[in-house]
Amino acid sequence: MNKYVYAIICWPIFFAQTAITQSDSTAWLQRVTADTSKPQLNMDAVYNRPFLQAGKMPVALGGYVESKVEYLRTDGISEGWQFQMQRMTLFVSSSLHHRIKFLSELEFEEGTKEINIEFASLDFQFTPLFNLRSGIVMNPIGAFNQNHDGPKWEFNDRPLSATQLLPATFSNVGLGIWGKIARQDWVFAYEAYLTNGFDQQIIENNENKTFLPATKNNPGRFEENFNGVPLFTGKIAVRQRKWFEIGLSTMQGIYNKFEEDGLRFDKKRTVRVWAVDFNLSLPKTQTSLNGEWAWVSVDVPGTYSQQFGEKQQGGFLDVVQPVLKGKMLGFDNAVLNLACRLEYVDWNVGNFKETGSNIGDHLWAIVPAVSFRPSAQTVLRLNYRRRFQTDLLGNPPALTGGFQFGVASYF
Amino acid sequence: MKKWLTLILLAGISILSCEKLLPPTPAEDELLDGPVPGLSGEQNLRFLEGDIAFNDEVFTPQTGLGPLFVATSCGSCHAGDGKGTPFTTLTRFGQTDSTGNYYLHLGAPQLQHRAIPGYTPEALPPDIAFSKLTPPANTGLGYLDLVSDADILAMADENDTNGDGVSGIPNWIKLPGYVKPRAGAVIKNGRHIGRFGKKASAYDLLHQTASAYNQDIGITSTFEPFDTYLKQEVEPEVSNQTVLDVVFYLQTLKAPLQRNPNAPDVHAGKELFTQIKCAACHRPELKTGDSEVAALSNQTFYPYTDLLLHDMGSALDDGYTEGTAAPAEWRTPPLWGLGLSPNSQGGRFFLMHDGRAGSIEEAILLHGGEAEESRNLYKALQASERQKLLAFLESL
Repeated sequence: MNKYVYAIICWPIFFAQTAITQSDSTAWLQRVTADTSKPQLNMDAVYNRPFLQAGKMPVALGGYVESKVEYLRTDGISEGWQFQMQRMTLFVSSSLHHRIKFLSELEFEEGTKEINIEFASLDFQFTPLFNLRSGIVMNPIGAFNQNHDGPKWEFNDRPLSATQLLPATFSNVGLGIWGKIARQDWVFAYEAYLTNGFDQQIIENNENKTFLPATKNNPGRFEENFNGVPLFTGKIAVRQRKWFEIGLSTMQGIYNKFEEDGLRFDKKRTVRVWAVDFNLSLPKTQTSLNGEWAWVSVDVPGTYSQQFGEKQQGGFLDVVQPVLKGKMLGFDNAVLNLACRLEYVDWNVGNFKETGSNIGDHLWAIVPAVSFRPSAQTVLRLNYRRRFQTDLLGNPPALTGGFQFGVASYF
Repeated sequence: MKKWLTLILLAGISILSCEKLLPPTPAEDELLDGPVPGLSGEQNLRFLEGDIAFNDEVFTPQTGLGPLFVATSCGSCHAGDGKGTPFTTLTRFGQTDSTGNYYLHLGAPQLQHRAIPGYTPEALPPDIAFSKLTPPANTGLGYLDLVSDADILAMADENDTNGDGVSGIPNWIKLPGYVKPRAGAVIKNGRHIGRFGKKASAYDLLHQTASAYNQDIGITSTFEPFDTYLKQEVEPEVSNQTVLDVVFYLQTLKAPLQRNPNAPDVHAGKELFTQIKCAACHRPELKTGDSEVAALSNQTFYPYTDLLLHDMGSALDDGYTEGTAAPAEWRTPPLWGLGLSPNSQGGRFFLMHDGRAGSIEEAILLHGGEAEESRNLYKALQASERQKLLAFLESL
């Protein structure tokens, strides 16, 4: 807890100093820009961010902010207008040596309701194909977990499959290797990490379902591995520079406490996740498609309840179409996009033992959107969300609909 | 410029159609949940507290679930306050007559067939009598709770003195210490009239609620302090306040509203319902007595039950019983809300005490014993008349 308090206290002081410096001598400060609307490999997302660098200082700063207002209604019942400070994230990166880098990401969600160090790693480059990464790493499962900065997306909410099926953003203490190699228009990349892993909350939680994100409720997960067994996360990806990227990733681990003090009380129970992700740009129409799909398999004790699914799946597909580009409302390089997201999550794939009928516990949603980008690093977005959520028993779905307006920007 | 005008126009249309894009409230008669009309502000607050405890509070091993259990929350078994399904069905075993249950040491009366990780759930002892019991709907329980014992006894006809083939007797049960007899309670050999549950073995909503926390979820309370796994008294895992909030919630859940009562088929079906003597047990109209909740006091309501036990014949005799009920005797289930059952049963019907009937008609045809004559009269109806009767039942 102390480290969080320290971080909260130190950040404003640090930023205040930076701001003073900025007003005194703006020329001394350099903005290291990045076109964040066009990511490179998803695994590069942590470095593909705009930073502010003071002179030749080896430290660069950055961050983003994301907020929204929404009015949603479920089957006629509404919580009214909700104004939400979704998150403010601060980045610090430094180059200790031209082949040793440090990058950190500190996130404040919903005010200070959640404060997380999402990323804090040292990267040692031996060759481009062989880098060692150690610290708090983001488990590279799917694409969204790696490439989740709010200003990059045309939608106010993160994909449900990323946050309600997979635990995005999911990071853990660990170490591993990564690398990439380029050949003409092609880039091949890999990542492999061993980290602290999941815990039993994935089947013992208030959600009343198998819920991988519940593991993030464990405040001790950055200092202690719940069962001592490392979680393996690996990903391979290939990118054709002009057209597309496709990735295949997996997480494999043990989630339960099977022994303590040398006493065994259960077998090792596995959690396995596979995910495919892709993004595609059509140069002619400038249409971009971005999606991922994940499969989760959890070894739930047979004597527990089928309420907790052994198999889950879900994903999303975003389609973004720029419709206007150029000078708009005084912004020289503004872009107006139309977009749509389709998303689906099934938390319990299978049939009831008692009846043989399909287990429900799934939802799907469609989110049409209009987004306006006055610059590549800032987005204003208006979304309409329509969601159909079916309960475990497969009863008529709860229908949610409503509007969301939000802004997100790097700073 | 044209593009901008088009966009502004589209945005304007979108905003004007906002209301149409927001999901509407379902019709009141399509929902089972919601409070009885006329609650005060503070009663609405209490209702809400109970609603949250009932529908949203999920127990985990850290908050007391199990170690042995059937469900993880109240709402798991009563989706939308409606009936349950075979997935949420309970199994009770061990008692075959009114002398009591001799298998308490083996986990009777209720089988906890699920267990938290690391524990082994109970299994039915071999060759033992048992019943599977599908969770009932919760709606309108406060009205049923307020029917006086005298009114229930007035409907009973133990010796079938009127010769209609329908007797009807109360289940006389022993009360646990924490249950206070209601005003005007009738006592027979130290036993009271039960009215809730498939065998009418629960006296009131506190009895029902505290037992369900304990037997269904493995949650101890000051009311039911014995852990179903340890079979010893342990610390309470739910507060009295929460239990009482849930009791208030159940007490003040509205009664289901009949849909299209004036439709010709529904109206004709209602007359057939009486004509073939269904109403001899499924009494259409009952009255409440005095209540601290003014909205429930001295109300006439339409549950289609007499709260009495009836012999339903050998086909529905599982060999298991509770209280003074015989194994073939079942309490007349209220029919209100019947047509909405699929909304909580995954789009299907699971009717009768164990959900064995997949349709209303199938349920009717499973009636035997005291209801055999009604069943035969139903079978003798013309197809169009049967449809009218079914239309009436589905309107409830």
